Amino acid sequence: MASQEPAKTVHPLNVIVATDCGSTTTKAILIEKVGDEYRQTYRGEAPTTVEAPFEDVTRGVLNAIAEIEEHSGRKILDGDKILTPNRALQGDPKTGVDIYISTSSAGGGLQMMVTGVVQNMTGESAQRCALGAGAIVIDVLASNDGRLPHEKIERIRTMRPDMILMSGGTDGGAVTHVVEMAEYISAAEPRPRFGATYKLPLIYAGNKDAQPQVKNILGEKTALVLTDNIRPVLERENLTPARDKIHDLFLEHVMQQAPGYKKLIEMAGAPIMPTPAAVGLIMEMIAKREHLNLIGVDIGGATTDVFSVFDGRFNRTVSANLGMSYSISNVLAEAGLANIMRWVPFTIDEQSLRNRIKNKMVRPTTIPQTLDELQIEHAIAREALRLALIHHKSLATALKGVQQERTISDVFEQQQSGKTLIDMLTLDLIVGSGGILSHAPRRMQSMLMMVDAYEPLGVTRLSVDSIFMMPHLGVLATINEKAATEVFVRDCMVYLGTCVAPIGQGKDGERCADYAITFPDGREAKGHLSFGDLRLVPLASGQKASITVQPAKQVNLGAGAGVALTREVEGGVVGLLLDGRGRPLQLPTDHAARAALLTRWYQAVELYPTA
Amino acid sequence: MAHSYTPGLTVTEQAVIRRRRMLSLPGSVLVTTGATVRANQAVARAELPGKVYPMNLANQLGVAPDEINEYLIKKAGDPVQKDEILAENKPLMKWFKTEILSPITGAVESVSTITGQVLLREPPRVLELLGYVDGRIVEVIPQQGVVVETNCSLVQGIFGIGGETWGEIVIAVTSPDEALSPRHLTADMQGKVVVGGSFISSDALARAKEVGVAGVVIGGIHDKDLRALLGYDLGVAITGTEQVGFTLILTEGFGTIPMADKTFRLLSAHAGQPASISGATQIRAGVIRPEIIIPHRAGSVTGTSATLPERGGIQIGDQVRIIRDPLFGKIGEVANLPSELQKIPTESEVRVLEVRFADSSTAMIPRANIELIEGS
Repeated sequence: MASQEPAKTVHPLNVIVATDCGSTTTKAILIEKVGDEYRQTYRGEAPTTVEAPFEDVTRGVLNAIAEIEEHSGRKILDGDKILTPNRALQGDPKTGVDIYISTSSAGGGLQMMVTGVVQNMTGESAQRCALGAGAIVIDVLASNDGRLPHEKIERIRTMRPDMILMSGGTDGGAVTHVVEMAEYISAAEPRPRFGATYKLPLIYAGNKDAQPQVKNILGEKTALVLTDNIRPVLERENLTPARDKIHDLFLEHVMQQAPGYKKLIEMAGAPIMPTPAAVGLIMEMIAKREHLNLIGVDIGGATTDVFSVFDGRFNRTVSANLGMSYSISNVLAEAGLANIMRWVPFTIDEQSLRNRIKNKMVRPTTIPQTLDELQIEHAIAREALRLALIHHKSLATALKGVQQERTISDVFEQQQSGKTLIDMLTLDLIVGSGGILSHAPRRMQSMLMMVDAYEPLGVTRLSVDSIFMMPHLGVLATINEKAATEVFVRDCMVYLGTCVAPIGQGKDGERCADYAITFPDGREAKGHLSFGDLRLVPLASGQKASITVQPAKQVNLGAGAGVALTREVEGGVVGLLLDGRGRPLQLPTDHAARAALLTRWYQAVELYPTA
Repeated sequence: MAHSYTPGLTVTEQAVIRRRRMLSLPGSVLVTTGATVRANQAVARAELPGKVYPMNLANQLGVAPDEINEYLIKKAGDPVQKDEILAENKPLMKWFKTEILSPITGAVESVSTITGQVLLREPPRVLELLGYVDGRIVEVIPQQGVVVETNCSLVQGIFGIGGETWGEIVIAVTSPDEALSPRHLTADMQGKVVVGGSFISSDALARAKEVGVAGVVIGGIHDKDLRALLGYDLGVAITGTEQVGFTLILTEGFGTIPMADKTFRLLSAHAGQPASISGATQIRAGVIRPEIIIPHRAGSVTGTSATLPERGGIQIGDQVRIIRDPLFGKIGEVANLPSELQKIPTESEVRVLEVRFADSSTAMIPRANIELIEGS
């Protein structure tokens, strides 16, 4: 957000109201300085009002804030205005807030089309850039994407993106292909999704030598912005300038067209951010502050966002059609029925299950009323999480097309360039968010859904976002990092505990590892973990224990096959999960055997109430 | 939540509705405010720019891009006929002559001396926007479209496929819990909107296509039959452009579910009358539901701009449909609205309501799992 103006406030920030305008609900939170630290104190929500008949996003914002007023007794609104600053100095501490900030994904979020020359080089860089800025990428066009020129033009014409990002070519390289793409875009005369009268914003971040030609071809037809090449040389990506331009244009053009956003921008004391960009920012900040490798996931009704920070490198992907309500049927289509059924510990006929899933798709706001229905939803969630991570791994990669220096020893170990950055063995923390994870009736259910879907290796900590306030904290981080961090640690994150999962496979009941745990009170617990075991050891939030695991000969916990490992592990509302089910996790193909095994696991950790 | 939202589907004998008819690109509006229009009448027209055909003539002629103008017979802006010469080289010996012919009839849009590319464009295609419902124009949006108002009976479905169409309503079954089978679908139903009962099977869907019905309105369908009809598994409920031969509207959901009595009675009362239907469904923010609009006969179109009454909160006595297992599809009335949260078998604590069924039995249902049957 380097190029955006700073927050419009000069007074100290003691009371902050923040909203996230989602596609269906606007969520508001109040953050107050209590003593020396910032805490999230009240929340409110209301339906988002971007669509007809209201067509003014601020109505939903005011309704959500009004709910905070009711709960907190604080007067925040004066008609349609937010009272700033807080009147504490005037002796009226229960009136006003010091700043109002917001994120938005209403109206389908920021939808972008990106172009490159080589699909898995500049095409992917452009995709990473747009995703990192919080956009949904509706198509990636490249000179070598296999489509004929007229098909590309037709595609540009029929899609109505909010913005286009053009990349292609290294600085000083050939200009022909990128200019050709500019010609296709010009011929297609693309029109924006909102607003019939304004020009489509287009960012050119390709070979700088082609800038004059691109300006000549597209300068009149689009709201063209030229910026630094996102791939100035093959070996380096430079995404920040283009990402900042996306944020600027999002505010200057796209948001100005959406109903009520001019008013919203005026109300807010800091630039409005796209929701996923704000979530990414807070994740990146936490990973850097704590020196962690992390994966964050936000599984919503329509989409699933995955964020990762490995060795300081941030990546985000959005799986636009993987979700638990609007897109639930697409999870079935992509994962296949067998993959969903493998997590269900009872028998249900295919027709009935398919009809149930479609009924959820057409009535997305319904909730499971019976235990069977809850278990089916959790099974679907595991598959949605799994597929979204596969998608993420495919894009969160090292740069492709880069020449690698090889020694003679590498001849026998040919590795492709563009290897995924996601290494489950060096992963420290998984952060889950979204209704199915944040609101699961038992926290153990959230933990096991993520463990089953992601199959963490070695020692991994897990947490969930308590009430989905990461977007609010992301935008808060742009104006007050201390406040954002304090609230994130104290009120946002609910630590579930730690999962210890040895890598390897063996027959059910065979020795997997021996372990010894030293608890904070000095107490020791020793035991054997067999293959097929799933064991929960109580370890409360805030507590740390030391665990030494001696894996069996062919089993690895990260230190090497058969090599013992000692680690400090942290507790949580669930505790310490010892997962001896083997990695990769394999389930019996026979239905009865699988149902029996699932039942055994689920009972071992008291996953569901027993009848 | 400050304003609890209860989804509902409207089934009403009397409504004044407006439908915004917009061109996808600027054009001209063909009617004026106050005009009476028919469903199949064009109300606006636009010219869709023709398809673009790029050709890299520099490559084809084997010349440098910046020399391309020297070889062009047709310049930018020139009209061109299919197989007309666009460009040719000038060899010393005529056997080596290369002529590049136009693959289309249209015009030369642009010539690039950087890439050597020539863009040809086909002539524009005329797009006509139809009225969709019999009614009256109440607003003209210059160059973009109109708003049509009609006094009608209205039924909203839960899900549909296929676009806008028209036809006379014909009731094919005797009761709302009777399934629609191939024997119900007769040749005289061609071009009509056929109303069935609880379920349509795959062979009945095939028969409907064979007969050439305009639309089918039915309580439920199996997902596997929908998949077979579409040829793919529908992932997200955004529909309206499917081409399966007719428009299909589900009033209740997936499975075998009797059509709500009220819906069946209303449609039966209008048998023989023309209806405009659309299967377009969009279950996202800004929800679009499939609909059956039965305009009231000529002369009854009101001059008021009254629309559907604004939806209030749910009240005791309201008719509701249960929309989640284990009682999916059952219809009853609200008997009690306890305000305190209640723990349900999943261990979630949620707001519930008590529903009384026709046989006087009752059940506690999460409020999220009911749907109001709206309209008077």
